[in-house]
Amino acid sequence: MRLLTHNMLASNIKGVANGFPLKIEVGQVVEKHVDLNPEFLKNMFAKLDYKVLVEASKTMGYADLPEQAEPSMLESEDFLRKLNHALLELHLEEGALVCPETGRKFPVNKGIPNMLLHEDEV
Amino acid sequence: MASRPELQAPPEVFYNDDEARKYTSSSRIIEIQAQLSERALELLALPNDGVPKLLLDIGCGSGLSGETLTENGHQWIGLDISPSMLDVALERDSEGDLILGDMGQGLGIRPGVIDGAISISAVQWLCNADKSCHEPRKRLKAFFDSLYRSLARGARAVFQVYPENLAQRELILGYAMRAGFAGGVVVDFPHSTKRRKEYLVLTCGPPSLSSATPKAKGEDEESCSDDESSDDEGNQTVSISDRHRPRKKQKLNKKVKGREWVLKKKEQMRRKGNVVPQDTKYTARKRKARF
Repeated sequence: MRLLTHNMLASNIKGVANGFPLKIEVGQVVEKHVDLNPEFLKNMFAKLDYKVLVEASKTMGYADLPEQAEPSMLESEDFLRKLNHALLELHLEEGALVCPETGRKFPVNKGIPNMLLHEDEV
Repeated sequence: MASRPELQAPPEVFYNDDEARKYTSSSRIIEIQAQLSERALELLALPNDGVPKLLLDIGCGSGLSGETLTENGHQWIGLDISPSMLDVALERDSEGDLILGDMGQGLGIRPGVIDGAISISAVQWLCNADKSCHEPRKRLKAFFDSLYRSLARGARAVFQVYPENLAQRELILGYAMRAGFAGGVVVDFPHSTKRRKEYLVLTCGPPSLSSATPKAKGEDEESCSDDESSDDEGNQTVSISDRHRPRKKQKLNKKVKGREWVLKKKEQMRRKGNVVPQDTKYTARKRKARF
């Protein structure tokens, strides 16, 4: 699972008011090369929760992203490369996602998060 | 065999390792899935500005539909309930991210971030109650409400569905409308039983010019019932048989099917979506006597 997906996912348990962001418990991180695509990053930047991305990439062991970002920074290739690496190249292979409110764990196996809810959580 | 998969078992049970294997080995399934997703992407009508979008594939299965999205340069997130199918997707090295989840429990996705959603042959599963805690109406509502939230304003969602009957289609469409979607059903090749495919084309937001439902393939302007009635009138000409001709010849003449009949049949085949040769001056022309 990439951090792009982590940035979109929220806990869906009944009664949870703010299930975003899910905390990451790291088991194993894999890096896969992705070609730089400035158009996609620029399109996504407006939708990203940047703070959450910075936090998540730190948990995954990548601390090069600047703490603050502005749309003007999208012109610099250096920043785009860092964003590309954090957003698309870091994969959480094994581990878990934890709901911030209830502490419920969603296990991640082979890079696939199991977001299935139990009957009483729907 | 002809029975619908929805009636046999819940999706996470039906799509077991054996069934999932078919999605890598059967070239027919692969081809059909690719065609369906190609058409769904066409109906999605994404702006043609070369900017890759973030799309959602609901019921992505083995990632066959996602491959079409990747080929067109988009990033995607796939959701499926069957672990076996997702394993196959991993084997196929699908580019998108995969999530094991149940669409009937709602999509746990942040509001307004997705640029479009497709789903191939999946939404009709929501109409089944596979567990005692399942209520199709609640599940449909949860699905469409959460989808509406997660889509950006003006984004589209295209679902290819196989509704079991009219009531099921109404049910699905009804809940989509209640969630706030505008749109309707596009039926490709409505006259053919095999090639007939239904697509739910939904737009996030109030109805507008841009949310008008696109035109279906293989559909005629004039309704077919009009066509046939005019043909019948043509056939109703009063014929006076030549009583001086021998009996045998009289019978023969009656059976010969003329150019009109051939043209009518070809038109019928065309409406079904079959490949039919052009109409030319040679169509249904009689051979010379010396042949």
